[in-house]
Formats: sequence, C-alpha cells, structure tokens
Amino acid sequence: MTVLSTIFSFQFVDMWLRVATPLIFTSMGAVVCERSGVVNLGLEGIMLSAALMGVLGSAFSGSLFIGLLSGLAMGLFLSAVFAYFHLVLKANEVLCGTAINTFAGGFTVFMLEIVTGEKGTSASIKSMAFPTVDIPIIQHIPVLGQLLSGHNLLTYFAFIMVGVLWYLLYKTPIGLRIRAVGENEHAIHSVGISVTKVRFLAIMICGVMASLGGMYLSMGYLNMFVRDMVAGRGFISLAANAMGHATPVGTMLSALVFAFFDGLSNILQALKIPSEFVQMLPYAATIVGLVLYSIQRINAVKRHKAKSFA
Amino acid sequence: MTALRMEHITKVYPNGVVANRDIVFDVAVGEIHALSGENGAGKTTLMKILFGEETATEGKIFIHGEEQYIHTSQDALKLGIGMVHQHFMLVPSLTVTENIILGIEMRKGLSIDYTQSKKLVQEYGEKYHMYLDPDAKVKDLSVGQKQKLEILKVLIRGAKILILDEPTAVLTPQETAELFTELKHLRNEGFTIIFISHKLSEVRELCDHITIIRKGESKGVYALADITDEEISQKMVGRDVELTIARSEGKRGKTLLKVENLSVLEEGGKPRVDNVSFNLHEGEILGIAGVEGNGQSELVDVITGLGNFQHGSVLFQNKPIKYNHVKEIREAGIGHIPEDRMSIGIASNLSITENLLADKTRWKEFFGKNGLLIKQKIRSFSAKMVEDYAILCRDPEVPISSLSGGNIQKVVLARELSSKPQLIVANQPTRGVDVGATEFIRKQLLSMRDAGGAVLLVSSDLRELFGLSDRLLVMYEGKFAACITDLTSIDEQGLGRYMLGLDTQDTEMVMRNAQ
Ligand SMILES: Nc1ncnc2c1ncn2[C@@H]1O[C@H](COP(=O)(O)OP(=O)(O)OP(=O)(O)O)[C@@H](O)[C@H]1O
Ligand SMILES: [Mg+2]
Repeated sequence: MTVLSTIFSFQFVDMWLRVATPLIFTSMGAVVCERSGVVNLGLEGIMLSAALMGVLGSAFSGSLFIGLLSGLAMGLFLSAVFAYFHLVLKANEVLCGTAINTFAGGFTVFMLEIVTGEKGTSASIKSMAFPTVDIPIIQHIPVLGQLLSGHNLLTYFAFIMVGVLWYLLYKTPIGLRIRAVGENEHAIHSVGISVTKVRFLAIMICGVMASLGGMYLSMGYLNMFVRDMVAGRGFISLAANAMGHATPVGTMLSALVFAFFDGLSNILQALKIPSEFVQMLPYAATIVGLVLYSIQRINAVKRHKAKSFA
Repeated sequence: MTALRMEHITKVYPNGVVANRDIVFDVAVGEIHALSGENGAGKTTLMKILFGEETATEGKIFIHGEEQYIHTSQDALKLGIGMVHQHFMLVPSLTVTENIILGIEMRKGLSIDYTQSKKLVQEYGEKYHMYLDPDAKVKDLSVGQKQKLEILKVLIRGAKILILDEPTAVLTPQETAELFTELKHLRNEGFTIIFISHKLSEVRELCDHITIIRKGESKGVYALADITDEEISQKMVGRDVELTIARSEGKRGKTLLKVENLSVLEEGGKPRVDNVSFNLHEGEILGIAGVEGNGQSELVDVITGLGNFQHGSVLFQNKPIKYNHVKEIREAGIGHIPEDRMSIGIASNLSITENLLADKTRWKEFFGKNGLLIKQKIRSFSAKMVEDYAILCRDPEVPISSLSGGNIQKVVLARELSSKPQLIVANQPTRGVDVGATEFIRKQLLSMRDAGGAVLLVSSDLRELFGLSDRLLVMYEGKFAACITDLTSIDEQGLGRYMLGLDTQDTEMVMRNAQ
C-alpha cells in the first residue's frame, strides 16, 4: 500500500501539478485553435522550439524576461509560418503541422550543437528558470498552504489562463467570432469579416500558449533543454482538448486526468513493475480517454437526433 | 428613382464558365423586383457581384445614381445592401442574438454587451414584425424562423436594399405566406427588395417587375401586369413550357407496397408515425401532403430502409422491408429521390458519371467479370444519360458540385430511373428546380406510372400534388387526416384545412380508401 500512501501525499500533488502545467497551457492553445476550425498538429514542434529558445535567450542575456520573449517569439514565428501555409497558401493542416514538428526536431538539435557543442542537453550553459512562489498567509495554513503554495509561477499562470481564455471565448467579440468561424465560416464571411484574420489570430494565441507550455518544461520542470523533451505532450494536449469538447474548463480537467496518470507512472517506476509497462500508462489513458469521448459523442448525436425529431 | 443599376455586367469564373454576359439590371426604390431564370442562368452570381462576394469581370454598378466599386461584402453593407443567401449562413450552436450581432458586436469594456444586444434584437423584431426569442439556439429554430433571422441580420446592419436568393425554396406554404406579409411591410416602409424564386405564382403575388435571364443573358424587364406566366417561362427556357401537365387516367394494377400499422417512435416513445396503413399499386402515383415535420420524412426513411420503425410491417411485393438493408431494398426495385440531395442524394466531389454509377456497382455490364471498370460502356452510358435528361454540363466528367441545383436533381433522377425501379419514392423532387426541369421531372414520373410503375410522391408544392397524384394522403401529427381519392372534389383551401388539422375525415373511411 505504499502506492496509495504516496498518491495521497503532498509530494504527489506537487508532482501532479508539475506534470499538468505544460499540458494545461498547450491544451488551452489547442482549444482556441479547434474552436476556430483549425487542428494544429504543430503544437509539439512549437513547444520544443520555444523550450530551446527560452533557455538560450535567458542564458545569453542573463534575464528571465528576455528568455521569455525569445521563447514566445520563436513560438509565434512558427505559428505564423503554419498560418501562412495553411490559411494563405491553403496547404493541408495535417501536413503543415507535421512539417513544423519535423523541422523543430532537427532545428533544436542543430541549434543546441552550434551553441553548446553538445547534442543532448543544454547543461553546459546556465539557463534562468521561472521561480516558485510562496503565497503570503496561505503558505502558513496547514494542509491548504502545502497544497496551494510553493508551486512554479507558470503553474499558477496556467490556471489563470484557463479563466482568461474562457472569458475570451465566451464574453468578448473576438471569442464570438472564433466560435462562429469554427462552426460555419460562411456565416462569418457573409457578414463581411475576414475568415483568414480570425483564424490567424486564433493560431497566434495558440502559439503563445504552446510556447509557455514548452518553456515551462525547460525553465521550470527542468532547468535545461533536453533533446526531444516534449515527448508527445503536444499530442496529449490535443487529446485533452478533444476529450474536453474544446471547452476551457473541460479541457483543463482532461489535462489533469492525463497528468495524473503521468504522475502515477513516475511513482510506479519505483516499484517492481517493468518500467516499459509503467511508461505506457499515460498513453493508454489517452487512448481510453479518446474512446470514451467518442462513445459519449455518438450518444450525444443520438440524443440530439431524437430531440430534433420532436 | 432607381435604387441600383448594374450596367453591362459580365462574369467569367476562373474555370471558364461565363455566368453573366452583358447583363443590365435596374431596380427602382421601394419595389419588390423579381429575378428569374433557369437553374444555372446566373442569378446567384449576379447577386453575389452586387453584394461584393464576387467581382465582375466587366461592368459598372450604380447605387442611388452614383458609381460604386464593391469589392467585399463589407463595402456592400456600407452602401446599405444586404443579402440573404440561398443556403443559410447561420451558426447553429449560437443564439439568435449572437448570430445577429456577429461582426457588429456592441461592447461594454472588453466584453460584449449582451443586455443591450438582446434589446436591439427585440426592438427590430417588433418594428418589422419578425419576433424571435433572442436567447433561442439557432439549431432549435424552424426553417421559417431561421429565414426571419437571416432577414433581421440584414436589417440590423442597416440595409435598405435586400437581396433574397430563393428564400421560399425551403419554406412551407404557411411560412411563405407569413414571409410575404413581412416583405410587403418592408416595401411599404421604403425598402427595396430583390426576390429570386422559381415559383411564378409567388413572383406574381409579391413583385412589381421581373427581370428574366437565360444562360447568363438578360431577356428583358417586364411589369408583371403586362406578361403572362406562359410568356415568362417561354423567355426563361427559350421554348414553350407546359405549366399544367396533361395526364391520362391511370390503370391501377396489383398491390406493390403494403404498409400495415406502421409506427415510428422517437426516443422518448412519442410517435412520429402513428399506426398508419396504406397500399400502393402498380400504375399509381400516391401523393403525401402535409406541413413539413408531420411524419412524412420518417415514413420515407422506413420505406427506403434508412430509418428504423418499432411497430407494424412494410411489405414490398410481399417481402418485408428491413431497416438498414438498403442494398436488398434497392435490388428489389425501390428507387429513392431524397429530400436533401446535397447530403444524401449525391457524392459532391465525384463526377457526374461516378454519381450515375453509384447504385450500379454490381452491374456486370459496367464492371465485367474481374471487377474492373469497363470504361467504354460507362462512358457511353453517361453520355446517353446526360443527353436523355438534358443535364447541362461541359462534359460528364466534371464534379457534380459544379452543376446548378436543378441539374444536380436531374442527375439523381437519371440514376434512379435508369436502374428501372418498380417503385420510386420521390421526396420533394422539384424543390428549388426551375420550371423547365420541373416539367421534365414531372413528365418522367408520370411516364413511369404509365409504364406500370408506382410513385410515392411527398411534396410541399400543392400544385404538384394536385397535378400528379392519383390518390392523396394528408399527414397530420403522424396520422392520416384524410385520404382523397377524387382530386377534383377538393381545392387547395380544403386540403390546407386537413394539413393544419382543422378538419379530419372519418377514420374508417380513411382506412378503407388508403387500401
Ligand atoms: N464558384 C463557381 N465556380 C465556377 N463556376 C460556377 C461557380 N458558381 C457558379 N458557377 C457556374 O455559373 C453558372 C451560374 O450559376 P448560378 O449559381 O449563378 O446560377 P443560378 O441562376 O443561381 O441557379 P440556381 O437556380 O440553380 O440557383 C452555372 O453554370 C454554375 O455551374
Ligand atoms: Mg442560385
């Protein structure tokens, strides 16, 4: 029963949130994109490139802020490339996304080697990291303090962004346009709004979110860049978005579920279960999650059909 | 005073189709002006040019006497021109208010000011007699309400010139009547309306002038008082059209389709089709009348194997019809002209030829012994179909989606009839189809009957039902409110009363006559 006692420990909650943070960021980006009718498979590559540029920017300037800006600039640049090819040149979105991922895989290793001389990690240069935050007063309350206080700045920010994006999508004009364009682009076009502009904006917002998710990995979760460190988190974010019906809160909850299994696999590795099996868990959870989601959606369609007969 | 004048408009699409050729189009302020022509004549294209969604290859546009360059719909809206498209441009999961304010959102700080927006929707609804619940989701609205919403959208954007592209094609007669009252209101308030429709009776009731175009060319402007229906259709089609089709007495043969105590229940157990029985015989056209949504679609779905049923039986030539056994049902000899041709009638990315072959993939003459396509036979078959059915296209290999609505319907008809069915289920076969093609389709259905076939005809066009049916069943709330065996014994008014459930015939008598 060591597993249970570990799960119910503060360390586990701490780890859970650490694993969840990049997923929440990136899946929020996926939500905005999906709502505008674009499936952005390039999240993986945007995360990876931003993770590297954040490290390089901060290491060379000695400023966390400059690091943040470099990471964001990289993410926005790749998003703009994606948007240009998909929206303007009308290239297939799956191809564009895959191209971004392939590019990022090579580009990051190439850059890493040029700058540090190594192909594996950026351990030889000193990156800045986002600080952890102790919340005054709350940190001294027993239990609550241990649960809520002492996490990384970006972890708090991730949860704040869930609220911000909810507000953006449901309360503001631009959110209304994003939701409308994803469902019926002709509706937007016929009232004289540019479909391309709305989608472009959505892709750029998504780029910001994915960049933050990537930078958290290299400047929060770890304190350096490691080759291929994103390891499928971009795709898991897409899955979380699908399971959360592209709603910010639903997607955040799905991301937390995936993160839970990810955290669990970290713990189980300490036990005598084969590590390959354990590492499979988060992905198996993703598949099961997607299947459940599809079943639920089929039922919803049936219900809707029954209703529309009425 | 002219509201707008389009001068010498020519439009060549990138694929080389000349949709408009040197058209002059003139509309006076405060009139309802009809724009008529066959399917593919170029009506929608001309209106899209006016609304800035397409740019003319040549020509000038004058609004209130001043030359204007309209490049986007934003430009058009600024000039007070609004368009309600042939297909709805709405977002189903958003509310009425959200759909209306899209693009002209009122703000309070960063947020949308919903209170103010709803008030605006209500104000306009009251002002123009088009009341809609501001909080209703669009997907829950009826087709008639969606149409109102589209018009409100345009009015709120300040349009003074309204373009309505076939607004009545999807409306029931009741909804059409309501729409007409609203449009006349608008005219009296000084709005200018351009009205596109294939139904001459509607044009006559509503409009002051008509501009006729044929094959992209203008055939003149006429005051409706000075021109007869025959002359209009002659000018549209380029030949004389029989508006009422001569038909001989049918020779009723043996029973082909036997429906007994059929019920279709929705998930909650409420009946959509409620214990109905009828027979359909060889050499007979059985019409089904009714306001849309009274069980006609469900009945058609059961007979064609697309919908499930809970009670009763359907026998075709004494063999039961089963849900989902579409292949067997088709092989047994039932053809289907579906109501929604774009989504289940055709595969829109495929060519005309491929669509014609869709139900013939087991025909040895086209697919040979080893299952490979016999190109030559296929080509000559589709060439013959295109000729026999007068399908207007450059050649049979173009994607079917590039055809106009009426020509797509002809392809569906050609496919279904060429498989030589004994029963054809025709659901709204001439909706949105021009007079020439309508005449053609009706003649085909009649000649199929005369050759001993049977037709189950579901239609919301009462004239069509009167013109074609040998017997007529009226559906109301899933039941048959009446079975009319002698169509001369009743007029449209009388039929309307059954359709609205104001009158019902004696159940015994309906049962007997439906056999
Ligand atoms: N985007 C397009 N690209 C190429 N050809 C087109 C396009 N849109 C329409 N066409 C062609 O232009 C011609 C005119 O089409 P249009 O839609 O204006 O006809 P319409 O008069 O509105 O017909 P309907 O009554 O069926 O709506 C048709 O031959 C059609 O196939
Ligand atoms: Mg049209």
